[in-house]
Amino acid sequence: MHAQEIYAALEQQFPGKVSDLKAEVLEPYLTVDGASIVEICRFLRDRSGMDFEVLSDLTSLDWPKEEKIQVVYHLFSYTHNHQIVLKVDLPRDNPKVATVESVWKVANWFEREVYDLFGVIFDGHSDLRRIMLPEDWTGYPLRKDYVEQEEYDGISTQRAPLVEKLLR
Amino acid sequence: MNESIETGTGLNTEDMTISVGPQHPSTHGVLRFVVKTDGEVISEAIPDVGYLHRSIEKIGEKVTYHGYVPYTDRADYLAAMFANQAFCMAAEKLAGTEVTRRGEFCRVIACELNRIASHLISVGTFGQDIGAMTPFVHALRERETINNLMEEICGARLTYNYIRIGGVGYDIVPETCAKIGAFVDHFEPIVDEFNRLLSGNKIFIERLAGVAVVSREDAFSYNLVGPNLRGSGVKWDIRRDIPYSVYPELEFDVPIGTAHVGMLGDSFDRYWVRIREMEESCRILRQCLKMIPKGPAISKVPRKFRPPAGECYARVEAPRGDMGFYVVSDGSEYPYRVRIRTGSYTAMSIIDKLSKGIMLADLIALIGSLDVDAPEIDR
Repeated sequence: MHAQEIYAALEQQFPGKVSDLKAEVLEPYLTVDGASIVEICRFLRDRSGMDFEVLSDLTSLDWPKEEKIQVVYHLFSYTHNHQIVLKVDLPRDNPKVATVESVWKVANWFEREVYDLFGVIFDGHSDLRRIMLPEDWTGYPLRKDYVEQEEYDGISTQRAPLVEKLLR
Repeated sequence: MNESIETGTGLNTEDMTISVGPQHPSTHGVLRFVVKTDGEVISEAIPDVGYLHRSIEKIGEKVTYHGYVPYTDRADYLAAMFANQAFCMAAEKLAGTEVTRRGEFCRVIACELNRIASHLISVGTFGQDIGAMTPFVHALRERETINNLMEEICGARLTYNYIRIGGVGYDIVPETCAKIGAFVDHFEPIVDEFNRLLSGNKIFIERLAGVAVVSREDAFSYNLVGPNLRGSGVKWDIRRDIPYSVYPELEFDVPIGTAHVGMLGDSFDRYWVRIREMEESCRILRQCLKMIPKGPAISKVPRKFRPPAGECYARVEAPRGDMGFYVVSDGSEYPYRVRIRTGSYTAMSIIDKLSKGIMLADLIALIGSLDVDAPEIDR
C-alpha cells in the first residue's frame, strides 16, 4: 500500500490527527498528533490491508532550533512488504508521549533507550528506567546541547589532549 | 519449628536473587542478568545492559560520512561488514551515489564470508555453553581460515572498514577469489562433519528441543529478526524480500524452523536455521565467484561528501537479523543523526519473558540460541 493510501485511510479514521505527509522522499513519513499515537498505531496494526505487524524501530530526533523533539516510529508489514514512518512532535522542554508498549512489546526497550538518551517521558510505560547509562547519570547525551558532566562518582570524564600527553 | 514441615505441606523455600554476569562465559561480552530463582527454576531474569555502551550514535554526529565507516565496524565486531554496508547504503541512497557492479559483488562476497564466520562463532560457542567443548574448536578453526581470507581482502581480521561509500576499499584479486573458492569446497563437507558432531548429538538435542519456544506472534511483537524470526517459521529474509545489492540475481533458499526434533520456534530451530544459512552462504559465494564482472571496485565519490537534506533508513540482513541504519542529513558534511537498530537489542528484550519458568541452565541455552552479541546491544 502506498503512503498516500495509508494517509487517506488515517485521515478518514482520525480526522485532524494526522498531517504533513511527505510522500516524495526516500522513506515517506507523516506527522501524528501525540495524544492519539496509541490508537493510530493499533489501527495500523489491526486493520486488514495495513497489517503493520512490527515496530522496526523507534527513535528520536532533537531539533533545538525548532524547539522540538521528534519521536520517530518505523512501522513495517511482513504481509504486504510496506513501510510507513510516523513522527510525533513534542516540545523540547517537556517531551511527553503515551507508550505504544500495549501495541508492540518491543516498544518497552526502544522507549527506555529514547528516555535514557533523549529524556522523552513515555506515559504509562511499565518500566521507564535508564538502560545504557547508570541510573544516577545526569543529562541526555543524544540531545544536541548536551554537555558531559565533569566527573561521575569521583572519576573524571575529562582527558588531557593526546599531544600534551606525548610531550610530557 | 517450621510449620510447613510439621504439617507436611512441603518445605518452606525462599526465592534467591543471583547475579549472572557481567563476566560470565556464556554472555559473550559483558552483560548481566539479575535472576530470581526458586531453586533451579527461574521466576524472573532481568537483563542489565549498557556495559559496552560506546556512544557510536553520538560519534556519528561528530565525524564526516567517510570518517564514520570505521566506527560502524565496532557496532557488531563479529559481523562488521554488515554495519559497513548498511551505513554506506544509507549514505548512498541519500546522495544518490551509484555503486559499481564489481563493487556490489565484492560486497556480497565479503558479507557472506563474514556471515559464515559469525554463524560459526554463534554455533560454536552455543555448543560450548551447553557443554560440548570440541565443536567450538572445530568452528574456530574454520573461522580462522575466513579471517585469513579477510586479511587478504581488506587487511584486517575483525574490524574491516572494507565497504566504502560508492563501492569497496580494495578490489578482490583473482588469487584471492581462487582461495575463496577453495575454502567453499573445503567448508561444505565441514558443515556435514559439524552436524555429525553436534547437531545430531542426542544430549545436545535433548537440551534444546522444546526449550524457550517463541511463537510467531511473540516474534512479531518483540520484533525478533533474522534467524530468530525464521526459527519461528516466518519465511522472511531482507536479501529476498526487500532486495538490495545484487541479491536478486542470486539463487538461494531461506531456511526456516522445521520443528523436526521439538516444537516450532524452540532453541534448536534457531540453531538449525544458522547451520543451514551457512550452506546457503556457500551457494551464494560460488555464484558470485562465477558472476563477478571486471571493472572498477569503487565509483567516483567526492572527498567532501555532502548528501542533500533528508533521511533514509537502510536495512541489511546481518547474521543477527535486520540491521537498520537511520541516517538523517541536514545537507552538511556531518550526519545530523545516525541511529543503529540492531537485532540483538530486540532479541535481548524477549529474554525476560522467555525465561519465566525455565531452569537456570536453560537460560544459558536461551541466550546462546538467540545469538545476542553484547556490543551490538549497547552500541
